[in-house]
Amino acid sequence: MCTRAVSTLAHVFEAAGLASVALASNREQARRISPPRALFCDFPLGRPLGAPRDPALQRRVLEAAFALLEAPAGPLLVEFPEAIHDAADTPVACPVPPRDDAGAPPATAEARALRPAWERARVAHGGSQVGRVIDADAVPEALEACLRIAEGTPWREAGIPGDIAAVLMDIRCYYEEAAMALAEHVPAARSAEAWYYQRTEAGALMKRMVEQLVDSDPPFPYLYYLAPFSQQETIPLPGG
Amino acid sequence: MSADTLMRTTFAQTPGPEFETTAFHVPKPLSECSVAIVTTAGLAHPGEPWEDQSSEFRSFARSERDILMAHNSTNLDRAGFAADLNVVYPIDRLEELQRDGRIGTVAPEHLSFLGSTFDLGSIRLDSGPRAARKLLDAGVDVVLLTPV
Repeated sequence: MCTRAVSTLAHVFEAAGLASVALASNREQARRISPPRALFCDFPLGRPLGAPRDPALQRRVLEAAFALLEAPAGPLLVEFPEAIHDAADTPVACPVPPRDDAGAPPATAEARALRPAWERARVAHGGSQVGRVIDADAVPEALEACLRIAEGTPWREAGIPGDIAAVLMDIRCYYEEAAMALAEHVPAARSAEAWYYQRTEAGALMKRMVEQLVDSDPPFPYLYYLAPFSQQETIPLPGG
Repeated sequence: MSADTLMRTTFAQTPGPEFETTAFHVPKPLSECSVAIVTTAGLAHPGEPWEDQSSEFRSFARSERDILMAHNSTNLDRAGFAADLNVVYPIDRLEELQRDGRIGTVAPEHLSFLGSTFDLGSIRLDSGPRAARKLLDAGVDVVLLTPV
């Protein structure tokens, strides 16, 4: 969907007198909207410059993009010669720390057990992606609210502390950052996501929420924000 | 089929705006240009999530690095940005390109939209032109657009 937006903005900016070059993550969308200059990169969605902590590759992408500015006329749609593909079928290999389930649901206890790993990740990366609505302290409690939804409590009454889509993403980021510390490397694209949904109690809870909410009346408006299409079979694909 | 191939195939035919003409503005040499990043990654400051389907944009100072990728879509990798924001928002690479003389200067501000917004009409007719004016007023010559 983002390629639609960057292609549209490229048209708007160029018409206003700016020169633009768009990285495109979906070749067909770029072809249809045809921005003035586009570089299609066959990279994982979420990594339009190719790979994190690979400044040489990022620089090659930028040089290829900026080279399009030298063309006398357009529109131009050029493909970057290198490709990287996602690893959503392969959960990153990392141990989940032992947890103390006494008095706490499994996902809640799991989140508490992951806290030291998340702290290591936060230090290693100089920050965290947790923080749209909740901070790391609030993740276990938010998972308890998710459990109430999975068990049938109407989602508006379950105690989710704010925008539910943003809260769910804060939880996922907490887990994926902990996974990076446990694995001691930056995982291949979407392998941390696969670990979250396939190997953790929290990921299983998200799938239970999908099953609870997919037929809710009135419809739950954020189904697409509960779990990726590749990690569940309950949410229908758009148009499919 | 890989997860990303599934997504690309699913959304390949999603209707988008049609442009009868394509403006094409040849810039001065890149080594003399001010370059800004405009991304659709839904970048945000901590504690400021996006409203779903927002058509607005947000500004980020050249020096800022405490930035969230607050795009709510589950169908894209998150770990890469958490480890290195340059994989989406290559601000450090632009700084290096300026030091190397490849670009003139890094713009003082950079912008983010929310790429999952389905209706692009408001972006095309309202917030996009406002963003263009903001960039032009800041002396920007070239815009690098990045999706997510």
